[in-house]
Amino acid sequence: MGRRILLEHDNVSGIETYEVYRKQGGYRSVEKAIKKMSPEQVVEEVQKSGLRGRGGAGFPTGMKWSFIAKPEGVPRYLLCNADESEPGTFKDRYLMEKIPHLLIEGMIVSSYALGCNQSYIYIRGEYMWILDILEKAIAEAYANGWLGKNILGSGFNLDLSVAPGGGAYICGEETALIESLEGKRGNPRIKPPFPAVKGLWGCPTVVNNVESIAAVVPIVNDGGEEYAKIGLGKSTGTKLISASGNLVRPGVYEIEMGITVEEFIYGDEWCRGIANGKKLKACVPGGSSVPILPHYLVCKTATGEDRLMTYESLADGGFASGSMLGSGGFIVFDEDQCVVRNTWNFARFYAHESCGQCSPCREGTGWMEKVLNRLEHGQGNMRDIDLLAEINKKIEGNTICPLGDAAAWPVAAAIRHFREEFEWHVNDRETSQKRNYGLVKEPSPIK
Amino acid sequence: MVKVTIDDKTIEVEAGTTILNAARQIGGEVVPPAMCYYSKLTGSGGKCRTCLVEVSQGSEKDPRPMPKLVASCSTQVMDGMVVKNKTSQRVKENRDGVVEFLLINHPLDCPICDQAGECHLQDLSFENGSQKTRFEEEKRTYEPIDIGDKIKLHMNRCILCYRCVHVANQLTNQRVHGILHRGEHAEISTYIEKAVDNDFSGNMIDVCPVGALTDKTFRFKSRVWFLKPMDASCECSKCSGKAVVWMFGNEIYRVTARKDQYGEVEDIDGKTAWICNECRYDKKDLKNWTIEGPRKINRHSVISTNHYTEGKVEPKKLNS
Repeated sequence: MGRRILLEHDNVSGIETYEVYRKQGGYRSVEKAIKKMSPEQVVEEVQKSGLRGRGGAGFPTGMKWSFIAKPEGVPRYLLCNADESEPGTFKDRYLMEKIPHLLIEGMIVSSYALGCNQSYIYIRGEYMWILDILEKAIAEAYANGWLGKNILGSGFNLDLSVAPGGGAYICGEETALIESLEGKRGNPRIKPPFPAVKGLWGCPTVVNNVESIAAVVPIVNDGGEEYAKIGLGKSTGTKLISASGNLVRPGVYEIEMGITVEEFIYGDEWCRGIANGKKLKACVPGGSSVPILPHYLVCKTATGEDRLMTYESLADGGFASGSMLGSGGFIVFDEDQCVVRNTWNFARFYAHESCGQCSPCREGTGWMEKVLNRLEHGQGNMRDIDLLAEINKKIEGNTICPLGDAAAWPVAAAIRHFREEFEWHVNDRETSQKRNYGLVKEPSPIK
Repeated sequence: MVKVTIDDKTIEVEAGTTILNAARQIGGEVVPPAMCYYSKLTGSGGKCRTCLVEVSQGSEKDPRPMPKLVASCSTQVMDGMVVKNKTSQRVKENRDGVVEFLLINHPLDCPICDQAGECHLQDLSFENGSQKTRFEEEKRTYEPIDIGDKIKLHMNRCILCYRCVHVANQLTNQRVHGILHRGEHAEISTYIEKAVDNDFSGNMIDVCPVGALTDKTFRFKSRVWFLKPMDASCECSKCSGKAVVWMFGNEIYRVTARKDQYGEVEDIDGKTAWICNECRYDKKDLKNWTIEGPRKINRHSVISTNHYTEGKVEPKKLNS
């Protein structure tokens, strides 16, 4: 078995209750941090650990924490982003469902490090049953003195509450999350000012993903340097990967960063290969918003090296021949899947979820969806393919928040790698409605 | 004071000024177009993305260029910043793209739109629009609705600049309209069919950059370029009473606030001269107003072509 840190105890029965969780060594990090460490020392440990944000962008968590403004007499807030709505990503759901106390423990330690006395878990509206699980766990934590006034007699106060969203993908963007939490329409704010300076109710705020916050627990327990030893290079620690698609054994896995993609897809310990003896056609390694990779670029990079499950290796080759680790939503397609249909499906999602605030995203995502809809249903023209690439370029980088980029990248990558399949949908309209294209040819040699 | 160079023109401005406002201080060609930003309304801007500019040098201290184009209305200048607007091909291409996005679902019904002649989207597409459309799909459409008894909303024409929302937030005592839905389906609407009814709600018409919000007392009465705009004032207990009356002969066709070259309501005696609904809708008689003199209009504007005729224009009989 690979090393499991976050999900070490996920199979222990009753781990969602306080008693069992405590018996397994839970809340040790809170004791250690509050009794033996200063908030600055906790931040330092997290910086040493090299932990990178698990929400998708991979920004170093310690650095994010060090940016928070600390003006006198102004409260600071820690928000946990549990608005996990990216198609293909369901790791936070598993973590919160199974081990809710791990997130709460992480929230207490992180709030202590940042000097927050009120923290929130913003959970997506579709996860209502997890809201109940978390609220029950929070009540247990209050009852046992881990939350509330004067925690462990240290004088540190912390209140933690869970706030459900209304089910909008855009509320996972940190400033939209803040707006939504304030009770407004979830439109992303214009940055700067960044949340670290002006966030929730105009106060300094840090927004972290569920998994990042949970990872703070082992970092404090074992020390940042110890955590940094796991993983490879700048991709330290373990990562939860939610594998879905045509796999023999899809599910949530905790991997040590640095295993090869090939091992992850075909290894007995992990996904055990493609279901029904089919061949791998394509893979989206980090949730719907990252570029799709054709089969010949999944296990090997363009230069012929093994592709590893790390931030760097998956991004190797830039967008021309690489992708991103993103949020760890690992979607695998077999030879019977249609890339055009899949691209349309993603585009439909982004068109539906765009907040409609800035024009390139509002109009562009809808336009792409309509063009892809036509292409998929055998009513497209050759010029549509170039048009899509053009629309992409005009959206990318010109929007307020990254949703525009997230909508543009998968379409751009699909056209880049699967252009012949798109052209086949135009040239052979009738057949394209009856069967799928199959595998794409590998261009040779790749330079 | 910080130094900023926009399109090779250098100016010193106060720290904290946005690139757009610095450009407006220089004036002329270097000013990026702005569809959603409105200097008199706090919180506006950043949405339409037509004012995107390229920052080729971040500041004196950190001369690295900014990787993305930035919205000039919401980016503050730094000392030694170098900005490219008209001189950048990249800005041109992307601004063309934004205008294309704004127009794909726009009905392009200028011939029957009351805003024609003073529409910012018209100016913008003249400058940055393409002659041909690449949009083959069906446009999204809405039925025009009444919001309040004096304002008509044509959602088809709206570019969702949020200006009218800011007006309602900042000038009236209660906002009863806003944005409903998301993405492409986002629309301006009132809260469950409620009417916008407030003394200053009419200013929403003045800030609307397109023909989405029109004055029902003026709709379809005349093209704006047939009217003669005159500065006029009246005694009013609610507002400054300083407005522009648009006349045809001796008849007042409509009343608007006084707008500057960027289409924004002017400051008079240090206060923004928003006008109240009574002045806008009810004072359509010359007796109510003291005429101060003709309004200065940019000579390139279609309004200043001034096909102004005394009395009514009789349609020419073809046979005579």
